[in-house]
Amino acid sequence: MYSPIIIFEALANGLMLGAVYALIALGLTLIYGVLHIVNFAHGALLTVAMYAIWLAFEKFGLDPYLAILIVTPLMFALGYALQRFIIGPSSHGSDNGILLVTLGLSIVIQNLLLAGFSSDTLTIATDYAFGVVPIGPLLLSLPRVIGLGVSLLTALLLWFVLNRTDIGKAIRAVAKERLGASLVGINVAHVYAMTFALGTACLAIAAGLLMPTFYVSPTTGAAFVLVAFTIVVLGGMGSILGALIGGLLIGVVEAVFSLFLGDSLGQIGIFLIFILVLLVKPTGLFGARG
Amino acid sequence: MLKAHNLTKRFFGLVAVDNASIDVPEGSITGLIGPNGAGKTTLFAMIAGFSPPNEGRVVFQGDDITTEKPHLRARRGLARTFQIVQPFAGLNVRDNIAVGAYLHTKDPTEAKRRATEVAEKVGLGRELDKLASGLTIAGRKRLELARALATRPKLLLLDEVLAGLNPSEIRDVLPIIRKIREEGVTILMIEHIMQAVMNLCDSVYVLSQGKMIASGEPKVVCTDPAVIEAYLGHGAAARMQAEGAAHA
Amino acid sequence: MTKNFELILALAFLALLAVLALVGLPGNILNLFIFMMIVALTAQGWNMLGGYGGLSSFGHAAFFGTGAYTTTILQTTFGINAWIGLVCGVALGALVGALIGFLSFRAGLKGSYFALITLAFAEVLRILANSWDFTGGASGMMVSLKNSFWDLQFADRRYFFLILVVFVVLGLFLTRWLERSAFGAYLIALRENDQAAQALGVDIFRIKMQAITLSAAITSLAGCLYVQNFLFIDANVAYGSWISIEALFAAIVGGAGTIAGPLIGSVLLLGLGEITKSFSGGIPGIDLVVFGIILVLCVAFAPNGVRGYVADLYRRRMNRPPSSPKIV
Ligand SMILES: Nc1ncnc2c1ncn2[C@@H]1O[C@H](COP(=O)(O)OP(=O)(O)OP(=O)(O)O)[C@@H](O)[C@H]1O
Ligand SMILES: [Mg+2]
Repeated sequence: MYSPIIIFEALANGLMLGAVYALIALGLTLIYGVLHIVNFAHGALLTVAMYAIWLAFEKFGLDPYLAILIVTPLMFALGYALQRFIIGPSSHGSDNGILLVTLGLSIVIQNLLLAGFSSDTLTIATDYAFGVVPIGPLLLSLPRVIGLGVSLLTALLLWFVLNRTDIGKAIRAVAKERLGASLVGINVAHVYAMTFALGTACLAIAAGLLMPTFYVSPTTGAAFVLVAFTIVVLGGMGSILGALIGGLLIGVVEAVFSLFLGDSLGQIGIFLIFILVLLVKPTGLFGARG
Repeated sequence: MLKAHNLTKRFFGLVAVDNASIDVPEGSITGLIGPNGAGKTTLFAMIAGFSPPNEGRVVFQGDDITTEKPHLRARRGLARTFQIVQPFAGLNVRDNIAVGAYLHTKDPTEAKRRATEVAEKVGLGRELDKLASGLTIAGRKRLELARALATRPKLLLLDEVLAGLNPSEIRDVLPIIRKIREEGVTILMIEHIMQAVMNLCDSVYVLSQGKMIASGEPKVVCTDPAVIEAYLGHGAAARMQAEGAAHA
Repeated sequence: MTKNFELILALAFLALLAVLALVGLPGNILNLFIFMMIVALTAQGWNMLGGYGGLSSFGHAAFFGTGAYTTTILQTTFGINAWIGLVCGVALGALVGALIGFLSFRAGLKGSYFALITLAFAEVLRILANSWDFTGGASGMMVSLKNSFWDLQFADRRYFFLILVVFVVLGLFLTRWLERSAFGAYLIALRENDQAAQALGVDIFRIKMQAITLSAAITSLAGCLYVQNFLFIDANVAYGSWISIEALFAAIVGGAGTIAGPLIGSVLLLGLGEITKSFSGGIPGIDLVVFGIILVLCVAFAPNGVRGYVADLYRRRMNRPPSSPKIV
């Protein structure tokens, strides 16, 4: 039998990991909600951000949390450029085109990283990596508590950007009524790229939160892709709140499955949920268009 | 031949079709008219099996087909065209039509031969090798018609096949429709162009805001005050009568 | 360029490869050719569903791996003949295809959702194969070396190459048949417009089921042959995303929904990959970088792949109207 403390700790861990998942999914769902595209390169871009955080630490001795402040604008710019100059023009706006272009990009990115960094796993050693926060009888990992806090904060910030700023309003206008938005003079290509950039910037924050306790290798992001898609589908494609709740839920599910089945089989729980959600949820809500 | 009884379709709050019935006798051309958004296309979709009705029944040649899938209805001899044309854009005209012809033959050569035949019948004989995406609006409407015909239907549902055509193109298509009927195909057609309705239809049904408000001979229905009001707004019939009196 | 001309060109090319192989090629080139044929066959399978049916799968590894594991387990654990193992592998692969198809098509999945769910199924199989004992767990499985025709192994690898060529030729003929048949017409019709297809009496569920079953069967055949060549598999090889990606890349770059596309694509991609690898001094992953760039370029500039691009060039020279770009 498992003692209640272990189970509670697993749950709490799941919640905290889930918050970072949610952050990754947030970017994905934002992009889907506005551009109606499944961004297959999302995982590879996460990997890029993780390497950037690692480089900042290795080359400049920058603390991962501080590095977020530098990597975020860089990722923002990268996301903008990718959508504006590559994904947008080359996909001709077709669903399948976008899927294939982002798949192609993810392969390119992943293997460029492989060529540049080899397949070794890299980690960052910080003195707080094993810090704990005692809450009642539970001992929680300090980086994960920080992860939870910052993720929620980012979600809040994103909500603010979408609802209280001009670009946010433009984004929501385009998401709702693309043609109408372009008729009133909104530059749709720019708004698309801004959305993609915001979604990519979320990854920089997630990377900074992950690196103190996690590792990075060229395929790390790929492992997160299906998890992020699961969350997005679970929470409803394009829904920010859905991504948040879905992320927390998936984190808990993974923690519980891993506790009972071991790490490698634990992942299966996520895939099964993903498959089930796709199969059972009526297709009208997310499947065939119109 | 076709009896649709008390069909109702709701989209969320909106009642698109409200307890509407329609009866299409064998060998006839029956018209279905009504203002924009009346629910005509929705009614077609229920008859052809693309959209399950919330209430009501569809009976075709004595069989209840209310819950049958569209492709099975097509096999029974019920074919439809789409108001918003749905060509197989990447295929040429011949291959587009052949898809319909495969319903009765599995032999590709034979299917293509029949496709050519049908194409000539609807006036697409010279565009057989053209891609569907390269056709004009008029051409695409003909293609819709040709594909449906290639399935050798007993009942043909035409959803505004004349919309978007210029008068001379309409003049070309009218005899084609008449000829199809003469070859024994029953037709139910949605049409906005009254001249065509008067010209072709034995009887018409009028749908307005989801409800069937009138039916009968075209000439009679057109002068029905309820119908005029449905098209031109409340009080229109009275105004027209008043105007008519003033002119007289 | 007519379909028959395309078929004849492809056959002539394969005949040339076969002659070259028989006359004598350096071992590493022959190995490359062998690998090209395995990928071509996998891609031919993918093409049936993704090219003609417009249902892009990201998880054809599910079929490749099932074929590979089935024949391996039958041979090593049960001592069953390799040819029978191959037949069983194909059958089981087809069954897995039918199962995944049944679930996905019942739920009406297409486009990105179909791509994602196939990927998820392949991942589930990979994780299971990686942890179960009867699949050898993480350490994988070996097929013992026998080197006889009856065991579908050859000391002289040229013969194995010839067998692969025979299968790829069969794949070409099968694709040609599909293009001409009522089944193929229905499959293409539902790719172009599934509503219109239904209105014309096409049972789209049934056609998709047949397509995925056929597609899975061919790809699992490639999986079986892969094992007979390398005599080793583990979960990451058999069910890994690499093979799903190669199948998709080869078909799309070569020309999805065409007869010779998968063959052209796999020869071109693997050939280019080999060249870049040798020029760059074997930097890991550099070949895949090239693949990825080519895929993006293809989507952007040659939506019908190399096959379509060449056909358009030819048509332009003959002053015929170009075919409009097809959305793959
Ligand atoms: N899938 C749907 N979801 C929600 N509402 C729908 C849907 N299809 C149709 N409607 C609504 O149902 C009503 C009837 O539409 P329908 O297309 O049947 O009208 P119509 O008589 O064919 O009009 P028109 O003459 O313009 O073709 C309209 O208000 C339309 O907006
Ligand atoms: Mg209509």
